[in-house]
Amino acid sequence: MESGFGSDFGSDFGSGGGGGGKLDPGLIMEQVKVQIAVANAQELLQRMTDKCFRKCIGKPGGALDNSEQKCIAMCMDRYMDAWNTVSRAYNSRLQRERANM
Amino acid sequence: MDAPSGGGLGGADPQLQRFIEVETQKQRFQQLVHQMTELCWEKCMDKPGPKLDSRAETCFVNCVERFIDTSQFILNRLEQTQKSKSAFSESLSD
Repeated sequence: MESGFGSDFGSDFGSGGGGGGKLDPGLIMEQVKVQIAVANAQELLQRMTDKCFRKCIGKPGGALDNSEQKCIAMCMDRYMDAWNTVSRAYNSRLQRERANM
Repeated sequence: MDAPSGGGLGGADPQLQRFIEVETQKQRFQQLVHQMTELCWEKCMDKPGPKLDSRAETCFVNCVERFIDTSQFILNRLEQTQKSKSAFSESLSD
């Protein structure tokens, strides 16, 4: 999976901090956020594909039949549900840990 | 939690500095969610149905908690092991 940060970062730092240089830090930050979001989406898709292929495809045939397609569709939704559940649970745990400090 | 030192980016905009720290932390969170979802899917999901039933949902929540517990347990025990007089390798053979 590509990092998406590239070599552009290095040259931007050299061009002087603050708003005077030709490159706006705000713009850099927005671009980085987009790249991070894309990377996360790719990661999610990759894992989802792996899991749903395992669950839904038995002996690979000549094409995806109807039941396989239905299974994959449901699997995708369930994977998203799972992801959201895990995200919420992890977040709660982190809040609890912080509250206990 | 370890934070990246500011010195490495010498002369960089503090706003960008802060941004990097925040985004790095966010990414750590995201990565762990990806990892735990994958692990817990194996443990909690049988056949994907029309919705996530409450048993599976509970399993996922427990799974996250136990994963964090496991991680903490390992760190704590490692710390204890290194504090005690016996060598690390001895306790590994337990």
